[in-house]
Amino acid sequence: MIPAASTSLSAHLLDVRAVSKRFAEKEVLKTLSLNVVAGEFLTLLGESGSGKTTLLRLIAGFEQPSAGEIWMNGERLDTLPPYKRRVNTVFQQYALFPHLNVRENIAYGLRANNTPKREIAPRVEAALAMVRMSEYSDAKPTKLSGGQQQRVALARALVNRPQLLLLDEPLSALDANLRKEMQGELKSLQREVGITFLFVTHDQEEAMALSDRIALLKDGGLEQVASPREIYAHPATAYAAQFIGQTNLLRGIVRSGIAECGALRFPTNSSDGPGLFSLRPERIFPASEVSGDPDSVRFSAEIRQQFYGGSTEVLELLCSDGQIVRARISAAGPLSGRQEFFFFAPDAIPVNR
Amino acid sequence: MTATSATSRRPILLTIYSTLVFAFIYLPILVLVVYSFNRDGVGGFPPRHFTFDWYRQLTADSAIWNSVLNSLYVAAGAVVVSLTLGLLAALALDRADFPGKALFRRLVLLPLILPGIITGLSLLMFAVAAGFGRGLTAVFFGHGTALISVATTEIFAGLQKVDRRQEEASLDLGATPWRTFWHVTLPNLRLSLIAAGLLIFTLSMDEIAVTFFLIGSDNTLPQEIWGRLRRGITPEINAISTLILVVSILLITIWYHLRTRSEKPST
Amino acid sequence: MYSRLYKLAVSLPPLFWVVLFLLVPYSLMFAHSFWVTQDGSIVHNWSLHQYFQLFTNPLYATVLFRTLRIAAFVTLFSLLLGFPLAYFLSFHAGPRKELLYQLVIVPLWVSYLVRGYAWKTILGTDGVLNGALEYLHITHEPLSALLYSPLAVVLMLTHIYTPFVFLPIYASLEHIPRPLVEASHDLGANSRFTFFRVILPLSMPGLLAGATFAFVLTLGDFLAPILVGGPSGTMIANVVQSLFGAAYDWPLGAAISVFILFITVGLLFCTERLEKRWTFQ
Repeated sequence: MIPAASTSLSAHLLDVRAVSKRFAEKEVLKTLSLNVVAGEFLTLLGESGSGKTTLLRLIAGFEQPSAGEIWMNGERLDTLPPYKRRVNTVFQQYALFPHLNVRENIAYGLRANNTPKREIAPRVEAALAMVRMSEYSDAKPTKLSGGQQQRVALARALVNRPQLLLLDEPLSALDANLRKEMQGELKSLQREVGITFLFVTHDQEEAMALSDRIALLKDGGLEQVASPREIYAHPATAYAAQFIGQTNLLRGIVRSGIAECGALRFPTNSSDGPGLFSLRPERIFPASEVSGDPDSVRFSAEIRQQFYGGSTEVLELLCSDGQIVRARISAAGPLSGRQEFFFFAPDAIPVNR
Repeated sequence: MTATSATSRRPILLTIYSTLVFAFIYLPILVLVVYSFNRDGVGGFPPRHFTFDWYRQLTADSAIWNSVLNSLYVAAGAVVVSLTLGLLAALALDRADFPGKALFRRLVLLPLILPGIITGLSLLMFAVAAGFGRGLTAVFFGHGTALISVATTEIFAGLQKVDRRQEEASLDLGATPWRTFWHVTLPNLRLSLIAAGLLIFTLSMDEIAVTFFLIGSDNTLPQEIWGRLRRGITPEINAISTLILVVSILLITIWYHLRTRSEKPST
Repeated sequence: MYSRLYKLAVSLPPLFWVVLFLLVPYSLMFAHSFWVTQDGSIVHNWSLHQYFQLFTNPLYATVLFRTLRIAAFVTLFSLLLGFPLAYFLSFHAGPRKELLYQLVIVPLWVSYLVRGYAWKTILGTDGVLNGALEYLHITHEPLSALLYSPLAVVLMLTHIYTPFVFLPIYASLEHIPRPLVEASHDLGANSRFTFFRVILPLSMPGLLAGATFAFVLTLGDFLAPILVGGPSGTMIANVVQSLFGAAYDWPLGAAISVFILFITVGLLFCTERLEKRWTFQ
């Protein structure tokens, strides 16, 4: 039996233990381990090919792990067929049954599990009300808009009171405005219902806005698992730093506590040797602002480009050694020529490759 | 260690049943082929004494080969009639509006969905009333007419894939509609036309219901076989049947590959 | 984009041809059904006499009902064989699906006559089946009831129409998006529940199309009874055939033909309406 993760078992709803998945020659998931805490909104974030959807399908039961185990609530999950798991899925294209109307779609799971007849109707009504689709209860799915179908899909899953709800990029088919609206609805729904949500997306902004924790996947492995603030402030790897938010990656050598990245030199706690640092653009300031702090690192650079953005603008800076660094500053009117900038040494966060 | 989910497990009963259904579909054909090589004739079990005698007898059988020639004549005629009218009909359905369009579409389909005897008898009545006699020419007109909708369906589908803009470009560059049709539209339909032609050819070669009523003294191949069956069974019929089987499979395989080729996006 | 001349040039010839060589002949058949035969020639007195004869003469009625029964059995058996096969290929065949599909289609293109003949050689008293049964000592005497019976007709036509029925059912099943099956399992339904509540309803259009095809074509078949049906296996189309041949009564034959035509068109109409109701895409 593979030993469980080190954090206390009692708060864990789901335990993914060293799971691998191979399709033909390709290894899509590489010995991945992850815990999901009961009641949280956890997002699996990654590019296409990162393995996030595969992991979701393993938890739902549509695929079998090539190695490893999945446990839920202290019981083995991956040996169960999908219809015996207390897990429900909201599919990317909703997968609503076209031959059944909205009410029948929602009642489907209850019927399949032999829920007593008199219990079905009130539960369906409650689910409809929860997603605000009560007036459409007799409509067929093909007559509904994308957003409406999505709500029905949600209701259909939630009415079964699963222990875990899986959402496979449910908002990707919606247009931008509707997406923002549904994001808000999803978050408040999750709080209201209290069910654990496992959400898959490739959109890092979405992940940051909605999640209690983000699990960043890359090429079948876990890059970092942490709350959005934690990942943003302390990315563990260069990939995490670049994928979530924007950053400047400074390459250089560390000698006796000083990092030398081209024209930029600053004190650091990293050990000697080659170093890679992430410096967020909004942590670079024009030298005209008060900067008496001993930690501040000054440098001069030529302003190559200026991208106006309303409340802030992004400056593309050419340093004296030729490296390009981006700074996000408060809107300051058109700028040009050579100027002085500074940043705080602790903001240059060492990251792994 | 890993479980099989219900969706991927192969159900045993269903597999066995499907195998049995396959067997049911193929066994009679296999029996036919096997007994064409049996010296002691059709029937009895198991077949002993392998021989090519029946095939040898077949090659000397001039009546059969005459009927094959007749069938080829009819099939060729049917292909010409069906393709020409089918092409025009497909173009009309795609590009023109005329009164009775819906009725036309249904009427053209009737010979395919009605039992052959009805179409055959109707055409016979017509032939008699109009003064045409029975005979091979009547047969190929009959086949050609009955199979128009096969051509129409196939060519219509092919038309959907023709880029309308190529035709517009041709007209824009100064070509007449006739030239455009001949040099732009038709070449794009090449695959559809060949596929439709093959299909019509095969169907005509095997046609018996409509043929039955329009045939005169010259027999098509199915008619010839039919006549012999009334007189008694010989393994020679097994032999010719096996040959028909092989040729049909060949033609249909070609047809199928043409079809799948036309569905691949052209570069 | 297309000139008036172009449109006329493409629509007139087929229209003309189809009217002349389809509409007129079918109408002629229709007209004949209202005429009568007197002293060996056809007299154009318009009446419903022939239809009356069809339904009241016990000879014709028996054959008609036998034909309907045979058609029903052939349809039923073809469905019982074709549907599970289509389901197996669509959902459980894996990578060999395409190849197996081709294998099922191939017999469709093998001559009807050839396949009917095959059954004739199998079912006879000296046939292959009896030979095999005796060789295996399952029987000691040939079973003579196999050939020249309604059973033989049903067997032969089931064999012929199973691939016919398979085709539209397979197409319908392939159209069912696989996420629907996954969604059903996800919601707690096992394979059986999923089949009856999701797969079967969504395959209805194909099933109806296939069933209608098999029924209608069997109804008008006159070759199978001659090949393997014998006197007890005569079907209504044989009656028509003889009325146009030796028994020389074209009007009556036309009336029976028109009757078959009406059943066919009526069934197709009903199925088309039902298919529209059952199509959800």
